[in-house]
Amino acid sequence: MEQDWLYGLLGGGIIGVAGAIYLLFNGRIMGASGIAGGLIDGSGRGDGGERLSFLAGLVGVPAVLALVFGAPQTNITTNLAVLIAAGLLVGVGTRIANGCTSGHGVCGISRLSMRGIVATCFYIGAGGLTVALFRHVLGVI
Amino acid sequence: MRRFYGALAGGLFGTGLMVSGMVDTAKVRGWLDIFGAWDPTLAFVMGGAIIPMAVAWAYARGRAPLLGGRFPPPPEQRLDSSLIIGSVMFGAGWGLSGLCPGPALASATFNGAAGLVFLGAMALGMWAAPPIKARLATPA
Repeated sequence: MEQDWLYGLLGGGIIGVAGAIYLLFNGRIMGASGIAGGLIDGSGRGDGGERLSFLAGLVGVPAVLALVFGAPQTNITTNLAVLIAAGLLVGVGTRIANGCTSGHGVCGISRLSMRGIVATCFYIGAGGLTVALFRHVLGVI
Repeated sequence: MRRFYGALAGGLFGTGLMVSGMVDTAKVRGWLDIFGAWDPTLAFVMGGAIIPMAVAWAYARGRAPLLGGRFPPPPEQRLDSSLIIGSVMFGAGWGLSGLCPGPALASATFNGAAGLVFLGAMALGMWAAPPIKARLATPA
């Protein structure tokens, strides 16, 4: 669609406001992998209530929006091997690197964090190479 | 109140992911597909998100969070192998599936069994990560 970039900019702005609220009120960096990962490995149990509320909003509000406006097209793969391999890589990788697209990308770059900028370059680079290899060379995805 | 603002931020994050189209794995993989039909939308999402966030960081300087406590310390500038290796692994999984943690969670209720399989594997990976990270941090 031609207006995709406009929705992207608008949606991005809403994501930025969400991150700003989480920072200015709760004093925390809005990183999806850090918030979820801290609950899973137990390192974030001290502020578990705040983390769970965040995740409830993140899952619950899109669920309501999907009910009201219809579920959006997600085009998720049904290849089980790809889903499991990708999930493991995303889970391990984001926790080893201490962040994902929201933490390193949005919150890190916006305060000119060298680690955030470098991480973003590497995960976009690796993602680009992966799509090139698996789509154009191997034809799997 | 911490929970209220946590839920508010999470809800807005999910709304932004829906509005921007980032729950669509085809759009995300389209952004990474520089040799195919490249889709620049993700760059606009990132740009749109970084602007309010940069304002928030500027406002936070010399102040304290509105609900008490302290703001995160200034970012560490040191790069290490964990950051690079982890980011490469994450990028590979992101490219394979078109999913990163935020959108995977936001679409949990309408992504069917495939979405839940991804989330289960991601949770397992997050659970397994700390010992792997500790090993990477030990000098060889």
